[in-house]
Amino acid sequence: MSKKVTITIDGREIEAHEGEKVLWVALDNSIFIPNLCALKEKEHPSGSCRLCYVQVEGRPEPVTACTLAAKEGLSVQTRSPQVDRLVKSAFELLLSNHRLGCGRCPRRKSCALLKIARERGLKMRLSRLSALELDVEIDESPETFAFDRSRCLLCGRCVWICQEVARVGALGFTNRGITRRVGTFREVSLAQSPCTECGLCVEACPSGALYFKEKSDDK
Amino acid sequence: MTGGKSVQERYRRLKESALLREEDLYRRPVVRVGMATCGIAAGAAPVKEAFTRFIEEKGIDARVVEVGCMGHCYAEPLAIISKPGFPALCYGYLDEDLVERLVEDFLLNDDPCYEFALVALETNDVFPTFSDFPRGVHEQKIVLEHCGFIDPGDIDQYIATGGYGALAGALAGEPAAVLERVKESHLRGRGGAGFPAGLKWEAAVRAGGSEKYVICNADEGDPGAFMDRSILESCPHQVIEGMLLCAYAVGAAQGYLYIRAEYPLAVKRVQLALEQAREKGLLGTAILGTPFNCDLEIFMGSGAFVCGESSALVRSMEGLMGIPATRPPRLAESGFRGRPTVLNNVKTFAYIPPIINRGVDWFRSIGTAENPGTAVFSLVGKVSHTGLVEVPMGTTLRELIEDVGEGVPNDKAFKAAQIGGPSGGCLPEASLDIPIDFDSLQEAGAIMGSGGLVVLDEDDCMVAIARYFLEFTQQESCGKCTFCRLGTKHMLDILTAITEGRGEPEHLEILAQLAGDVKEGSLCNLGKTAPNPILTTLRYFREEYEAHIKEKRCPALMCKDLIVYYIEPSLCSKLCSVCVGSCPTEAIYTRTDGLKAIDQDKCTKCDNCLKTCPPDYNAVIKLSPPELLAEKEGKGS
Repeated sequence: MSKKVTITIDGREIEAHEGEKVLWVALDNSIFIPNLCALKEKEHPSGSCRLCYVQVEGRPEPVTACTLAAKEGLSVQTRSPQVDRLVKSAFELLLSNHRLGCGRCPRRKSCALLKIARERGLKMRLSRLSALELDVEIDESPETFAFDRSRCLLCGRCVWICQEVARVGALGFTNRGITRRVGTFREVSLAQSPCTECGLCVEACPSGALYFKEKSDDK
Repeated sequence: MTGGKSVQERYRRLKESALLREEDLYRRPVVRVGMATCGIAAGAAPVKEAFTRFIEEKGIDARVVEVGCMGHCYAEPLAIISKPGFPALCYGYLDEDLVERLVEDFLLNDDPCYEFALVALETNDVFPTFSDFPRGVHEQKIVLEHCGFIDPGDIDQYIATGGYGALAGALAGEPAAVLERVKESHLRGRGGAGFPAGLKWEAAVRAGGSEKYVICNADEGDPGAFMDRSILESCPHQVIEGMLLCAYAVGAAQGYLYIRAEYPLAVKRVQLALEQAREKGLLGTAILGTPFNCDLEIFMGSGAFVCGESSALVRSMEGLMGIPATRPPRLAESGFRGRPTVLNNVKTFAYIPPIINRGVDWFRSIGTAENPGTAVFSLVGKVSHTGLVEVPMGTTLRELIEDVGEGVPNDKAFKAAQIGGPSGGCLPEASLDIPIDFDSLQEAGAIMGSGGLVVLDEDDCMVAIARYFLEFTQQESCGKCTFCRLGTKHMLDILTAITEGRGEPEHLEILAQLAGDVKEGSLCNLGKTAPNPILTTLRYFREEYEAHIKEKRCPALMCKDLIVYYIEPSLCSKLCSVCVGSCPTEAIYTRTDGLKAIDQDKCTKCDNCLKTCPPDYNAVIKLSPPELLAEKEGKGS
């Protein structure tokens, strides 16, 4: 077991393993830091959602907590004007490419976006950006769950789980840039893919993109 | 080291035979034709063929040799003619007729046709040399020293210049000595960020382990940049020698040159260079008879701009998607196949042999204290003498553009220097006196980048330029992180709206905020630098944005939605109808009085009429905002 160190988060002294990522130290100690793409089991963080910014004492620029390793004496603040600005901006960017209408969303009670909005006082609507065009196509081919791409935030949790935990590899990232998406090999429906409907991806999804047909928040 | 003497001895023999071959070659006239991609594009292949044909027809004992790019791309096709008894002379703007004349008059008879010569290569009493021109005064070539003068397809020509001597010298000593020299030289990586090469190497040495890699980043992808391509096409051995020195210093037995597949000639020449180096015992096992083994291979990239980013580059080599990863670890600790890896730019490696050969003091005497050495630029755009230039760090942008590049052509006014490619920025006239180095450029909002420099004049709209570069980064974004994927898209949408006359007053504020957030929040340097074209144009050319938004006017008359074409009746002539024929949509008609006019409903703003209207009239003008047309037509007809 690695060495224990003491770090400070928002003034609270917390014991952590040296090298452990600050995001997990905070979350394990009930200190909220916004995040979407992080998975504790994943050794190398993806760092793609850019929501977990924190302010490190002695460093001018905010740092992502998912890549920040705990070491003795490290002191971080989960909020600062700079952090709040970046989080707000990343949040609005994600929202601009996400189908809203939370009332009809099957995940409205367990949505990570709603939680971030609540915790950080952010609005679930666009203030300065225009909504990007979304292709609303829902893959309902699996028996137990469905995939609504217009609510996908590209956090990649489902992809990693499908490949590394379920070891099925039905889901992957396809395309590049603004057209990047989560999909199957050759874009076949999930039912035609090697998907075994193990459901791990659905449990990993932080938004309403993947949801069980029977167990959604409505039922 | 015990092998020291025998290494030097082996090298001495290689060099001796190379020099003998060179001496033999230059016993007769030699024509060196510039055949890098730039030369070939300008028509060097038929020029070379013409030299060969005429020489043969006239039965002259002369050789025609392919060389790379000498840097004077504006004057291509170029050739250097060396004839015993004359200084070597360089001729430009060649075509078949001129070649025939040179062969007849110079090679067959003894008239060097000075009226067609551009410059002499060595000091003489009859014709000026490079140093007699402003460009020659500023230029100092380290990386480009041999480019355009030696045959990249003949390793002996490189060896004859002393090539691979640095490697032989290093192999006679300890690897630590090489590392020490590179560290002391304060050489900063030339890929863009300017990280000290010695520190990077040292980290790879410290990382331990027996398996390490050296990779040369030749994934050059900036629009308007061609330095790395030209170097690989013109003097591949200097890069290979630099990589071998690095491999020796850090203890790597395998290296790769990551060259984009769109550089087929560079790939071909490097491939040939590697084969020749292997044959000479300079690459592979037991290099120069020492226990040092190192092989190099080419890896062809598929042309994704983001693969120039180090972690994305390594992933694409491993067969994964070329997508940047979070740090740590750095490549020096865990890079290719999870092993310590040194990744440097083409130019960085090309500096190593001269540094080892001529020493740290020499290198540090060039450039500035914090930025020793030279800067290599591809100078393009609205500048008279486009080409590949190398000047000491600390040279000002003004010297580079006005002296080396001979200024903006066609009596147009300079507007901006776009430096550093899509990750760089646009600097105005007022910034031209800042010295070129990593730190000063960054302070001004641009970056050194890998060395692209595009000169813009009064006809270039800065909003459209910012939009152009942002469209590039937006398309080249890998899409992994939120800021880059969505931020560049929104910024591009706003810029598009502004250039199309749909700009809103609040757009500037949103653009500035987004640009700042994307710069700070993105995962990799593609995203972190993507907003630079916007930030610099907003900083230095804000009034152009405001004209687009408030007056729907494009001051440079470039944005098509904000201009109309108009034929000024007072300048137009009844006797001419060139514009009518040039119009692809039949938008131009002849009025009852015989003058020409444009049917705006049919006009596609293709610019043909303006280009074809004879200079005697120059009757076609552009108006912005389009509302000016009503005013003109009111009094014009």
